[in-house]
Amino acid sequence: MSTTTDSILTAAPIDWHSQASAARRRKRYAQERNLRLAGLVAITIALGLLAILVGSLILNGYRAFTQTMIALDVYVDPEVVDRNDPTAGNWRQIYDDAIDRALPDETDAERRSINALVTNNARFLIRDRVVRDPSLVGETVRMNVPVSDPFDQLSKGLVQRATPEGQRRVSDLDIQVFDRLVAEGRISRPFNWGLFFNSDSRFPELAGLAGAIVGSFFALVVCFLLSFPLGVGAAVYLEEFAPKNRWTDFIEVNINNLAAVPSIVFGLLGLAVFLGWFGMPRSAPFVGGMVLALMTLPTMIIVTRNALKAVPPSIREAALGVGASRHEMVVHHVLPLAMPGILTGTIIGLAQALGETAPLLLIGMNAFITSPPGGLFEPATALPTQIFIWADSPERGFVSRTAAGILVLLGFLIVMNAIAIFLRQRLERKW
Amino acid sequence: MTSTILVALLVLSLVAYVVGRRRAVGFVAGADGKVHSRAVYHGAYVAAWVGVPAFLLMILWLVVQGPALDRLILATLPPPLVEGRTPAQLALVLAEIKNLAAGLVFGEPGEEIRAAAARYARWHSLAGWAMFVVVLAVAVIALSITRARLTPRFRARQGFERFASVVMIVCSVVAILTTIGIVGSLLYEALLFFALVPPQDFFFGTAWEPQIALRPDQIAGAGAFGAVPVFLGTLLIATIAMTVAVPIGLLSAIYLGEFANDRVRRVVKPLLEILAGVPTVVYGFFALLVVTPAIRATGEVLGIPVSPNTALSAGGVMGIMLIPFISSLADDALNAVPRAMRDGSLAMGATKAETMMRVLLPAALPGVMGGILLALSRAVGETMIVVMAAGLIATMTFNPLDSVTTVTVQIVTLLIGDTAFDNPKTLAAFALGLVLFLATLGLNVIAIRIVRRYRERYE
Repeated sequence: MSTTTDSILTAAPIDWHSQASAARRRKRYAQERNLRLAGLVAITIALGLLAILVGSLILNGYRAFTQTMIALDVYVDPEVVDRNDPTAGNWRQIYDDAIDRALPDETDAERRSINALVTNNARFLIRDRVVRDPSLVGETVRMNVPVSDPFDQLSKGLVQRATPEGQRRVSDLDIQVFDRLVAEGRISRPFNWGLFFNSDSRFPELAGLAGAIVGSFFALVVCFLLSFPLGVGAAVYLEEFAPKNRWTDFIEVNINNLAAVPSIVFGLLGLAVFLGWFGMPRSAPFVGGMVLALMTLPTMIIVTRNALKAVPPSIREAALGVGASRHEMVVHHVLPLAMPGILTGTIIGLAQALGETAPLLLIGMNAFITSPPGGLFEPATALPTQIFIWADSPERGFVSRTAAGILVLLGFLIVMNAIAIFLRQRLERKW
Repeated sequence: MTSTILVALLVLSLVAYVVGRRRAVGFVAGADGKVHSRAVYHGAYVAAWVGVPAFLLMILWLVVQGPALDRLILATLPPPLVEGRTPAQLALVLAEIKNLAAGLVFGEPGEEIRAAAARYARWHSLAGWAMFVVVLAVAVIALSITRARLTPRFRARQGFERFASVVMIVCSVVAILTTIGIVGSLLYEALLFFALVPPQDFFFGTAWEPQIALRPDQIAGAGAFGAVPVFLGTLLIATIAMTVAVPIGLLSAIYLGEFANDRVRRVVKPLLEILAGVPTVVYGFFALLVVTPAIRATGEVLGIPVSPNTALSAGGVMGIMLIPFISSLADDALNAVPRAMRDGSLAMGATKAETMMRVLLPAALPGVMGGILLALSRAVGETMIVVMAAGLIATMTFNPLDSVTTVTVQIVTLLIGDTAFDNPKTLAAFALGLVLFLATLGLNVIAIRIVRRYRERYE
């Protein structure tokens, strides 16, 4: 020890202002700047990617929130449609008459154009409207009917009129007919309520998210009803009652490992056990909810345990001190105090479950289903699987529908997370 | 039927609670105050014993009823319909009977099928009523027994608390049952697969063409189940993802931890968290919509051949998904380094960069490595991005501009649509699932062990 001190004392004093020193200092500061710059670049890249992600979704999706409509004057001829049995009427004729009124004295070619312009299911839309309200028989109704995908794209300016005719999906004549209808004030572009109130369809202009939203809702309800009680029960036992031994260690290791199992493996479990062994129906929100519940259960247990850990031991000691039993201490004091934390974690866990796709694919929740499910055991899709189906569809119109569906899904996630953050800030106590 | 029983059980439990409570209140009035437990516990004790066992019995009944009815119906079918049929054909017959019983008629069902459908409908409603009667009888019997046990000295609180403890233990056992279910089902189906395809062909074969003929008259590939190209594809995409995520995530964590001021940190951290909260199906669509066309356009400009579903696109987007994961785990690891080491280094005159690179990062390295391994296990198990953006055909290549396939893609494509459990095509998915499960489990165990050992060193 003393020798080093001596050598420092006897060594020549360092000249901090020498050329070499300055060069060394410059080099060190340059390193510092480089690292800082690299960090800044990394963060800029990450945030830039986030901006591109969100930006591209909004740019592609916002158009699907409006839908081009054509106004048709439908005369529901009492000779063609029976007031007492409207379903059996000749709706093709009613529809053709309405088209005639929209575009009088049209040529055959123009006729073909306008038939392509109005959505394929127009006559069923008219029929459904009259079946709902039979008093319309004998009246003339002005109805807004969606236009088909190529014309919707034209109306939204996604079809370049300057491109040669062979390279776009609408002919010059189509455009003429469309422009004429616009000039007559028959074309409008209101908010696309169909996106929320229609179910899936092969035609983009009619496809909506209603079935998927209902399916996701059912699956989440099942997921919550299963995973919340199970998760809280397991967490309370492990945190408050379980003796520290091999058995509880084993359970704990198990839960931690389950939390890291890829979600698709839970799908395989659901397929083999719930569908294969127990013979439950395919595509049912109940089965989807069960698979999601098993998947969120580890998260539930972990967040609940953290919330329980955050309650200070003095509360427990005080409760036991005035004569409460251990169960009373937990139910009367610890659980109420931990509840905000538990609820926050639950909502975040459910938000994860809402965005989960892969396990639902394996149990068949990616089927083509054109009406919302009426119950837990009826075939349904979920929001993320609906997005997956649409992303796979070749029609141009589904690109913006997919992006819009994603925006709706992200909207739900933002709302759930906002509720969780609100709960945490309002209700959680700091000790 | 099920919902009626549930409502009935709920009502019965409430009745039981009121009955038990009333009785206990009567004790208090009669027995000069010497009652062991409070009245609520008498009520809760009775209600728990009335509701829970009957509910469990109902679940068990529902689980057993379906397969049992199937067996019974098959047993009553005339021999020509049953003998020499494969399980898949029998399942079709059963499905026809059930559809007919539910009123859905397809084609011209035979006389025996019609009779069986009528029988099925009858038995099904009979089973439903039997369940109704049995479950409610159990509840009522439980009510009379537990009510008879109530006395002023009855330890109702202990009884109820013991019941609650058992329920909670059962809850925590569900996690173990899930693991057993996963391992059991994967292992069972994978063993069936290995009975059809020898394991050495699966683990060392280099040709993956699972499109085999499902019917004898179908024309399809001969069926090859060599999974090596699938494993290599998974590895390639995961490697690309890590090359994107590790530098960006690590440098973000370093910048946010050492150089950024509080205001920047408060804004940037939640923004990065958003990236972690975006569902993976969204990333998949992003890859299709933006990244793949961008890569193809770049390739055209540079004159490089680019396949339609590049590994680069799927892996790159997966990397974006993993950035916040790596960044937050690295942040945790850096924060776990004792403050004294950092302060000591700064006090010696080291710059922040020198402190980071020579003191903090080496000390936090095990934690960072653990985080990277966890991220790798995520990348291997990630499904939606690769299903949407990667290819379907297994090729042996390390060129990131080529199209490769992954384990998860193959699982999904093999299992979407028809799922008969007796051909190697669907069983192969479970063999792949088993490999995936074991690989991710192994990575996680190693990662957690590394992180834990290193934590102990500084505590």
